[in-house]
Amino acid sequence: MVDVSLESQSEGQLDTVQMLVNMGPQHPSTHGVFRMVLMVDGERVVDVEPHIGYLHRGSEKLCEGEIYAQIVTLFDRLDYISNLNNEMVFCRAVEKLMGLEVPERADYIRVILCELNRVASHLLFFGTFGIDAGAMTPIMYAFRDREKIQSMFEAVTGARMMHNYIRIGGVKNDVPDDFRQRMNGLVGEIRQGIDEADRLLSFGEIFLARTKGIGVIDAKKAISYGASGPTLRASGVPMDVRKDAPYSIYDRFDFGIPIGEKGDSWDRFYVRVEEMRQSLGIIEQALGQMPDGPTITPTRLVLRPPQGEVYVRGENPRGEIGVYLVSNGADRPYRVKVRPPSFCNLMAIRELLLNTYVADAVVILGSLDIVLGEVDR
Amino acid sequence: MVERHRPGHTPQAAVALDEKGLALERLLPEVLARFNPELGAAVDLVTATVSPSDVADACLTLRDSPELQMDYLTCLCVVDYEEHLQVVYHLYSTSMKHMMVLKTNVSPDDPVVPTVTPVWLGADWYEREGHDLFGVTFEGHPNLAPLLLYEGFEGYPGRKNFEMPEYAEW
Repeated sequence: MVDVSLESQSEGQLDTVQMLVNMGPQHPSTHGVFRMVLMVDGERVVDVEPHIGYLHRGSEKLCEGEIYAQIVTLFDRLDYISNLNNEMVFCRAVEKLMGLEVPERADYIRVILCELNRVASHLLFFGTFGIDAGAMTPIMYAFRDREKIQSMFEAVTGARMMHNYIRIGGVKNDVPDDFRQRMNGLVGEIRQGIDEADRLLSFGEIFLARTKGIGVIDAKKAISYGASGPTLRASGVPMDVRKDAPYSIYDRFDFGIPIGEKGDSWDRFYVRVEEMRQSLGIIEQALGQMPDGPTITPTRLVLRPPQGEVYVRGENPRGEIGVYLVSNGADRPYRVKVRPPSFCNLMAIRELLLNTYVADAVVILGSLDIVLGEVDR
Repeated sequence: MVERHRPGHTPQAAVALDEKGLALERLLPEVLARFNPELGAAVDLVTATVSPSDVADACLTLRDSPELQMDYLTCLCVVDYEEHLQVVYHLYSTSMKHMMVLKTNVSPDDPVVPTVTPVWLGADWYEREGHDLFGVTFEGHPNLAPLLLYEGFEGYPGRKNFEMPEYAEW
């Protein structure tokens, strides 16, 4: 694990020894199977080599062998923390290629569940980031609320994860009868829970010392790396697909885009906390506007979209997800390429870690909120 | 993996460019004039196809052109059309909020494309992935080591002629 090699030993200077430290792939703070090889000089990181691919399942290639309706299940397994957002972007890609209209009620159900999924995802981040920074309690608060969301998902979709609920042309089935009432209660509880957890963690002195000014990336670099979502917004760039190119029915809601100032770990953390509040606002507005009606446009099971190619973007909890779908008119896609947000955010890790302390490496990696399922695909 | 085509005519996806797309369609021939681009459209995006040797220059031109400002590489991917490999760049402008597609075709026997890592830092892993899965050599890339596959993996699993191992009971 440790490789010791002697560096220059000039006279009159304290001799330093650079050391190679291997972090991961089996390491709880890497949030999956991610490996970094850190070259450290004392406590300082002087070089980083990230290694990914431990979870590579060839999802894109597998898509070429499945019919369109089956691929939704593969998208569930990319970013397994925000399954519904993933399902939605793929279904939108097929719908756009086919020119398929989605019933209004289905759009509202999609948006409500996707925003709820965003809150669930950010709550998981909130808890685990606390642990990364050495605070063990916040995860209890975060998971208390996340559990309620998971129960809600189970009531609507029948599954806690891997829902396969959003289908091409709409959603699988209508929501339960007491959905609106339960959701109203849930939104209130979660809002209170977030405030509570926020008071507990966000402005604590130790937490601020661990995260403020740590792992700074400026807007220009972040854009060049293709970073997106909270990682980019923390650097002060108000880029959000829901605002820039409103899809589905996002143009009907009034919501803000929280941005950070410095692009450090704390900004990346707090942008997400604020985003949860905005998402709850969207859910409330959507619940108020939700019309009655059908929830799916009937289609054949085996779809044959016209020949052509389409690129569809969506805002996932982790950033901008894109699907590039090439069809040759057959019942299976010719090529599916996913632009995973974590993949691009993680690319900046070397930039973020250079010249920081090795103890901060865990915090900085945690602040990117990666999911290796979509990094490796 | 069986290709199931319905015999007869294959319908084409409808093209409908929005305002920004139409503006790009007017601007691109002028900006990319010296690369002789072949312009087209895919559903709602303008596409421009240039020759592989011009890709890096074209990317730099698109990024630095004041009318386009394509400062964000959204996606870089390789598609195997069997008779040629296509490298596809989806470019976006964070300031002007428009998007376009740049394409280039290379032969599958000796696919060489200049790297765009000096233009966008974010091209790094995409190009390594393209090299890994499709065997495209991105000339000038600082480190084309395997990214998703393990070292010593034989073949290019992204390509259509890659034989998928059969499922086995175990």
